[in-house]
Amino acid sequence: MSDDKTHKIPQTTPRYSATFDEYTNSEIRRAAATGIYDIRGAGSKRKLPHFDDLLFLGASVSRYPLEGYREKCGTDVILGARFAKKPIHLKTPVTIAGMSFGSLSGPAKESLGRGATAAGTSTTTGDGGMTQEERGHSQTLVYQYLPSRYGMNPDDLRKADAIELVIGQGAKPGGGGMLLGQKITKRVAKMRCLPEGIDQRSSCRHPDWTGPDDLEIKIAELREITDWEKPIYVKIGATRPYFDVALAVKAGADVVVLDGMQGGTAATQEVFIEHVGLPILAAIRPAVKALQDLGVYRNGKNSVQLIVSGGIRNGADVAKAIALGADAVAIGTAALIALGDNDPHLEEEYNKLGTTAGAYDDWHEGKDPAGITTQDPELMKRLDPIKAGHRLANYIAVMTMEAQVVARACGKSHLHNLEPEDLVALTIEASAMAQVPLAGTSWIPGVTKF
Amino acid sequence: METLNFDLDKKPLREVNQFLHGDAASLNGKSIVIENPNGAHNIAVGLKADVDVTIKGHAGYYAAGMNQLAKVTIEGSAGSGVAENMMSGVVHVKGFASNAAAATANGGLLIIDGDAGLRCAIALKGADVVVGGSVGSFSAFMAQAGNFVILGDAGEGLGDSIYEAKIFVRGTVKSLGADCEEKTTSAEDRKILADLLIKAGHSDVNPDSFQQYGSARTLYHFHVDNAGAY
Amino acid sequence: MCGIVGLLVRNQKMRDSIGELMLPMLIGMTERGPDSAGLAIFGEPVNANERKFNFFAGTADFNWAQFAQDFDKQFSTKSSSAPKANHLVLTTTAAPDLVKAWVKQQYPQLHLLSVGRSMDIYKDVGTPAEVAARYDFKNFKGTHLVAHTRMATESAITPAHAHPFTAGEDWCLVHNGSLSNAHSLRRKLEHLGIEFETDNDTEAACRFLQWRMREGDDLETALNKGFEELDGFYTLLMGTSNQLALVRDPFGCKPAIIAEHPDYVAIASEFRSLAHLPDIKNAKVFEPSPKEMYVWKL
Repeated sequence: MSDDKTHKIPQTTPRYSATFDEYTNSEIRRAAATGIYDIRGAGSKRKLPHFDDLLFLGASVSRYPLEGYREKCGTDVILGARFAKKPIHLKTPVTIAGMSFGSLSGPAKESLGRGATAAGTSTTTGDGGMTQEERGHSQTLVYQYLPSRYGMNPDDLRKADAIELVIGQGAKPGGGGMLLGQKITKRVAKMRCLPEGIDQRSSCRHPDWTGPDDLEIKIAELREITDWEKPIYVKIGATRPYFDVALAVKAGADVVVLDGMQGGTAATQEVFIEHVGLPILAAIRPAVKALQDLGVYRNGKNSVQLIVSGGIRNGADVAKAIALGADAVAIGTAALIALGDNDPHLEEEYNKLGTTAGAYDDWHEGKDPAGITTQDPELMKRLDPIKAGHRLANYIAVMTMEAQVVARACGKSHLHNLEPEDLVALTIEASAMAQVPLAGTSWIPGVTKF
Repeated sequence: METLNFDLDKKPLREVNQFLHGDAASLNGKSIVIENPNGAHNIAVGLKADVDVTIKGHAGYYAAGMNQLAKVTIEGSAGSGVAENMMSGVVHVKGFASNAAAATANGGLLIIDGDAGLRCAIALKGADVVVGGSVGSFSAFMAQAGNFVILGDAGEGLGDSIYEAKIFVRGTVKSLGADCEEKTTSAEDRKILADLLIKAGHSDVNPDSFQQYGSARTLYHFHVDNAGAY
Repeated sequence: MCGIVGLLVRNQKMRDSIGELMLPMLIGMTERGPDSAGLAIFGEPVNANERKFNFFAGTADFNWAQFAQDFDKQFSTKSSSAPKANHLVLTTTAAPDLVKAWVKQQYPQLHLLSVGRSMDIYKDVGTPAEVAARYDFKNFKGTHLVAHTRMATESAITPAHAHPFTAGEDWCLVHNGSLSNAHSLRRKLEHLGIEFETDNDTEAACRFLQWRMREGDDLETALNKGFEELDGFYTLLMGTSNQLALVRDPFGCKPAIIAEHPDYVAIASEFRSLAHLPDIKNAKVFEPSPKEMYVWKL
């Protein structure tokens, strides 16, 4: 029986492919048009197993919570007491991750310094060297020592409070730095000893050492140059955290900084960000196990501390990272958002750039309307370092207090007394990665029987 | 000139380095001799005084690392990274140097009388390097600035991804790296070369016997046509 | 990562002190390799119809006397054995294949470190100084040796994972570096019938050479094929009954330094380990070029 010719044939609803989704198709078109890979900033944007998949078990009958105010919950942390004459003392375990002057404007680096100092924590230089603004405004400054050695010099080394030897970062473990011509201004070029306006390619390996056996000698050199005063951190992008942390410790690291794939970058290939590295959730327990197996985990003077980063956003993340075994965390992307990055009040400008507030990640182009990831003098003026620094200090204070709220609820008088047993997981993946039981059960996949 | 002797068989290196990091005014003009180095690493690193240091034997890794102002002479061979990140001053290796000699050095002069290993002058940032012998592969990799003079031969991949550093080679080059090409020597370049040869004790060597190399500058901006070079 | 050590004594009068000469070389490589250490020592070969078997027991108090007794009973031989802590050198005329099969069945807890006429292998966990003291390296005599200190990268720290690895009679190898395609190599070679003891990347390099030599390549040809198939960074030092051989990968990142003297040839990862050798001032000290094979014969 055929339909009456006046009725239309019913159509199926247009359906997007989950594999060839809108974003994927647009990227294919862009690649076909340009013949070059897509470069962007920020960290992995995919939905990944993360701290949101973990929950705290607050005190109830079997355990007792702490009251606020009088019943103190300590938040201070000491980093790098193993060998250094002057370890780092921080009031909060939230630190500011390494971000370069070059990828960020001078006022942005100043803001970070101001905010961190007000909050009693440290900032970190990046792949470009130390600026006067940052050293001037940051009370505790960690100086990165990277494969490129841009801006590296012994005078700044001696001015630093700690040295962070960078092997890699979470956004691109195995990759080097990148800064495109539009951000290689006169000042940036001079600091990095490059011609103005060219696209900077950074090497992915250090020039004068390869392997943990030689790393040991390099760390010794940095100690000798600075007369054993400063803690030496080693930063790694999370890939094989058990082996890498063990080797960093054997090579002499005082602190290990572990950066997951959610960790941001100023610029790198999109494919690198999304497809190389581990979510931070999967990296923490193997890293802690390496420290435990070597007898340097919270073991008095002979301790190596662990700082984790990559998608730390709030006090719950801070508390969870510490409960899983970290001593401190580092924030990068979150700090920039606190300063004003991707703020909705600039929506019109984001639209002009073909994007929207919250999604803007073409930081390599140097056109940031918020004046943070740019070297454009007009755009840079939009960021008031004093106001922005104040905002950052507020945000860090909130994160610290949130962590304390959670810790007190679990009966802890110091954040460091949080432990994995205070946590459960909502999903099987998170349970397996963080090695805590699935909520309501005693099951940890791969560890305990169902 | 007042001479001070240190014996690394008897005194820990940390103490020697710490002494050498002392008040520059008290060190200026002094002559320091370090005996029995026996391949120890990190000898005379981080100096920042107008002091003359002689290492009597073979040095390990990073000898005279991050040197400023000082004159350091190694009367033997030097391990990896000799004069790495040097800012100023002079380092003179009388024997051969291992890998990554003058890595990322910003200023000053490194003289090597013998051969240098692989990656000599890697990521050079403005220092001058003169090698009396030959250099290994991947030398001048990503060399950004400075002058690199090689009296002998160069291995594979010379000047790969080079920026603005200048290379002068008297011998043969096994192969050039990406974006590195032959350059004609200007009068200014010739003068730079001649001056360096004299400073390095090669005044008898003819500057015109060198071929100059430098960046072709085609990789300064990402472009699809260069995909093969990456 | 690791430290490697090699020593070939040309001066016959010095061969009785090869252990004393080697000990500071090995200790000098402790920072590069604190986890475990190993040594392959070559000396006077036993008779042509005999072989030396080096066994390793997991425990310190293994009853070697009982083992030797059972062995002689099984093979109707009068073998000679020299036990040291958890290690035994057994010299016998019994056929190697039969010996291997019997030990595998009767004493599966024992690990066979080497078979040969002139080579003994010792390897165990602990610092180089501890391992050296355990087996009395200081008093060893011989013509040449290959030694290694280990800083484990990705495989476990066990005696079996320590170097040297052996791929045939009187043949061994040590390695400094990290291979990036070791797992694929292992699967390919297992498929070709080569047996593996560990997941250590060095063993993959060793068994690769074993395979090539099984197929008829001489060492040089095998190493040249290695440049194509082995991916990663490596300095390899090999010992056979009458020579030492060294090769570095094309990237040349892992260090090596050689001292040639009329009395000896010495090899190490760092000059520090050579500094105390007799008359080192008059040795020709140089670094090997990458992708070239260096051979020193007795």
